[in-house]
Amino acid sequence: MSRKIYVVLSLLLIAAFALAACGSPATEAPAVATEAPAVATEAPATATEAPAMAEKVTINWWHISTAENHKALFQKFADDYMAAHPNVDIQITVLENEAFKTKLTTVMQSGEPPDIFQSWGGGVMNDYANAGLLQDITPALDADGGAWRNTFATGALGVYSYKGKNYGVPWDMGMIGFWYNKDLFAKAGITNPPTTWTEFLADVKALKAAGITPIALGEGDKWPGMHMWAYLVTRLGGKANFEGAYNRTGSFTDAPFIDAGKKLQDLIALEPFQDGFLGATYGDEATAVGNGKAAMELMGQWAPAVEKDNSADKKGIGDKLGFFPFPMVEGGKGDPADAVGGGNGFAIGKNASPEAIDFVKFMTSAENQAALAKIGVAIPVVKGGEAGLSDPLMIELQKTFAAAQYFQLYYDQALPAAMGSVVNDSTQGIFAGTLTPEQAAQAIEDSAKQEFK
Amino acid sequence: MQSLPAIPDIFKLKRGSGSPQRFQDRLTIFLFLLPAIILFLLFVIYPIFQSIYYSLFNWKGFGPATDFVGLSNFKNILSDKVFMIAIRNGLFIIAFSLCLQLPLSMLLAVLVGRNMPGRVFFRSIFFLPYVLSEVISALMWLFILNPDPERGFINALLILIPGVKAQAWLGNTSLVMPAIFAALTWKYFGYHMLLFMTGLQNIPAEIEEAARMDGANVFQNFFFITLPLLGGTIRTSVYLSVLGSIQQFILVWIMTKGGPVNASETMATYMYRFGFVRFQLGYGSAVAIYMFLFCLMFSLIYQRLTRQPDYLTGL
Repeated sequence: MSRKIYVVLSLLLIAAFALAACGSPATEAPAVATEAPAVATEAPATATEAPAMAEKVTINWWHISTAENHKALFQKFADDYMAAHPNVDIQITVLENEAFKTKLTTVMQSGEPPDIFQSWGGGVMNDYANAGLLQDITPALDADGGAWRNTFATGALGVYSYKGKNYGVPWDMGMIGFWYNKDLFAKAGITNPPTTWTEFLADVKALKAAGITPIALGEGDKWPGMHMWAYLVTRLGGKANFEGAYNRTGSFTDAPFIDAGKKLQDLIALEPFQDGFLGATYGDEATAVGNGKAAMELMGQWAPAVEKDNSADKKGIGDKLGFFPFPMVEGGKGDPADAVGGGNGFAIGKNASPEAIDFVKFMTSAENQAALAKIGVAIPVVKGGEAGLSDPLMIELQKTFAAAQYFQLYYDQALPAAMGSVVNDSTQGIFAGTLTPEQAAQAIEDSAKQEFK
Repeated sequence: MQSLPAIPDIFKLKRGSGSPQRFQDRLTIFLFLLPAIILFLLFVIYPIFQSIYYSLFNWKGFGPATDFVGLSNFKNILSDKVFMIAIRNGLFIIAFSLCLQLPLSMLLAVLVGRNMPGRVFFRSIFFLPYVLSEVISALMWLFILNPDPERGFINALLILIPGVKAQAWLGNTSLVMPAIFAALTWKYFGYHMLLFMTGLQNIPAEIEEAARMDGANVFQNFFFITLPLLGGTIRTSVYLSVLGSIQQFILVWIMTKGGPVNASETMATYMYRFGFVRFQLGYGSAVAIYMFLFCLMFSLIYQRLTRQPDYLTGL
């Protein structure tokens, strides 16, 4: 008898282990229900106050900048604005990144977005815009002959536009490009960094011939290699290609997506990566460059800092580090100035007052942008903001993306989560040689059919 | 079997069935069990049925599930090559655990169970990996297996052998599973060793002594006395080992994320990838149901196959 009970109990235990994981999101559901009333009760409070003091305006602002100096600077922006506009009351909610995402999902489901909140643009922002939760601020950008719009780097502003309307603005933007070791390039007899794909392949061969690992890649993490493929697609197809596939007028099996895989195969055939790159992490990649073991890596603006952290002497390769944009690809339809990257921005909730938009305009002024750049928490996106930058590499990077007419948001952020994961998995297949460019593109298209139906 | 300490056995009290006292007894039992039952139903049983429900939908985890797809999730899983790799890897881990890890654990248990000098020291050392958190173990093995001989311990040793090159253990589709198995063995052999040591302690010294007097040598002693008497422990050990293998997740996820290109995928990483990376929670739930069924099938068959008396306890 006791044996039977033991069997039953052990089975239930197994069931618990096997299934508990998938059950957890469901158990979170009640939390949504309990938080919704809190928002609902707050709403009337502001509603009843409004008629009493007609001029009093409250702005709710959620941000995720928890670092002490950054938080203080954001507070100062709010204080400065309130001092100049006594009728405005800015309520700041500072949340840690993950907590922010959870809490935002909750208020979005109840249809009460904050007036101003952290956004990265792309697929998530588009979903909110589709649900009518965001305010179209295009009129404000275009007022006075586009006075506000013209202060922004065009490509960076585009990340926060969806179907021609802006639902937010950037306050920080970075881009992906090649970070290279000038000494190792010189050793291989390369005088100038490559500007075309052909030159790039030739340089890779020269580096190999000189016994240097040309490129460090942490393909075990998948996203580092994905960016290489995504950049090739961007160079080959440009803005129209990606937007066509995204809006379903085109397809992810269109020529540029497949050709990018073929170009990538040309590179992979040269065996340019460090040994074991398929299982390596991004940390390994940064370590290789930071210790001067590999000549370059394709990575975002955070690369120099991570290289330093991961190097043996915590100094990285210092001023031997250089930056060059992803080379243009011969015959590609994309503008060679187009950039792949991403950054931080403010999205505007549907109930935001004109004062809220004016406050965002204030925060993206050249002086305030320079102030953010000065404490090293942002790369400015408005003209004049770069005055706050002191690192020559960051200044160069800022100049590069400021020239971009089209800014391709990281694929894993621009696309729905499931597709981003498929893109990562499929490109890894190209690197490992288990998938052909056609098969990889087809897998992505299959996922798009699921996600966009 | 030794009798348990005297806990008053409520069912053995002489009370007629249907009598008020009898009812009160049952009520008492029920009330004491109630909090546990409620928690169990709410956090274990209810989610299981929810998983079954969601596995019939194409559901992303937002809002109610509306896109009913019937059993197509289950069908798609079986036709996915990656899931087959996950099953193959699961069988790989099970087979090698049973053939290598458990015999090794038993050998060590016999060694450190004897009166040999330093056995307490070795016992602690062998058990240490099991005490470490899985995440820390996985990160440690990432360093040990690093393909760069200047950073990875194993490759640093390998290149000392003439003619042997450094290997990308986790970056090579055919080396990755053996490498992960090495880490798994390192992590879990101490646990099984402990189980076996407990089993060994329960074997009365008289039996071995009698056998020795009858002229049995060390090997005969082990194979004809120790091993049969360890039956119950071995059964438990195999059971835990197989279930652990089916559910293996943390070590694999941290070391390889199931890669390169799915070469080290297990059912658990496969489930996680679809459930929480791609947010296809319906599909992920269906994977969980499969895992549940595999565990259930194994448990039922195993319990039936091993239903033989334990020589020591008579169970």
